[in-house]
Amino acid sequence: MSDPMRIRATLQGDVADVRIIMMHPMETGNRRDAKGTVVPLHFIQSVVVTHNGKPVMDAQWSQAVSRNPRLFLRVKGAKAGERISVTWVDNKGDKRTDEAVIATS
Amino acid sequence: MKRARRSFLKFAGGVAALATAAAAGLLRTAESWAASWNKAGFESKVPADALKSLGATNAIESRDIVITAPDIAENSALVPVAVTSRIPNTQQISIVAEKNPFPLAATFDMANGAEGYVRTDLKMGQTSDIWAVVKADGKFYVARTEVKITVGGCG
Repeated sequence: MSDPMRIRATLQGDVADVRIIMMHPMETGNRRDAKGTVVPLHFIQSVVVTHNGKPVMDAQWSQAVSRNPRLFLRVKGAKAGERISVTWVDNKGDKRTDEAVIATS
Repeated sequence: MKRARRSFLKFAGGVAALATAAAAGLLRTAESWAASWNKAGFESKVPADALKSLGATNAIESRDIVITAPDIAENSALVPVAVTSRIPNTQQISIVAEKNPFPLAATFDMANGAEGYVRTDLKMGQTSDIWAVVKADGKFYVARTEVKITVGGCG
C-alpha cells in the first residue's frame, strides 16, 4: 500500500487551485541500486481528478514525470466544501484514491 | 476507488448516463485505464511520432500557450514545467521533452470546468526544447521553450 497523497484545494474567486503530491518512486527502468541491479520500470500511468464526482482531469504519464509527482490544476465553478478526489494507477496495476475538501483561501 | 465510483454513480443519476460516461472513457476500471494509455505515443522515440499518436501532426505555432520552465535546470530529475493555454476551449495539454529517450512525457485532458493550465515536474536527460501541444476545439497548437541541463542523467 502506497502512502497517501497530499491534496490541497484552495478557492480563489470561483476557481479551485488544486495542488496534489503523490508518493511514488517513478522508476525509469534505467536506474541501478547500490548493488548494481537495474531497478525495474515502475511509474504512474494514469491520474483522474474529479470535482464533486465529475471528472475534471484525466492524465496519462510516462516514466519521465519526476519521483513523488506534483500535479497542479485549476477548476472553475468550484465552491468551498466541495470535494476533489484523485485516483492514480501505475504500470503494475497498483492504485490509490484520496480526497480533499475545497477550502476558502 | 469504490468510493469514487459510488459518488460518480450518484452524479450520473442513471444507467443511460452511466453508459454514456463509460463510452466517453470517464468511468474506467484498472484494466481499461491501462488499455487507454497512449502506448504508441509514450514508446515513440522521436517527437514526430509522439505528435502523430496524438493526431497533432499539423499543430500550428501559437503565442497563446505559455510554458513556464527554468532556462537552466538545477536538478535534471526535477524540472518544473507549467503550461498555460489562453486558447479558448482548451481540452488537452501534452508535454514533450524533445531530446528525452521517450519524448512524450504527459498528456492531460481537461473537462467540466478545468482551466487550460497544468503544472508538474519532469526528468530530462539533456538540454532540450520542451514542447507544449494543446488541443482546442479539435485543433492542435504548439509552443516550445529551451531548458538547459547542466548535469545530465535520467534517473
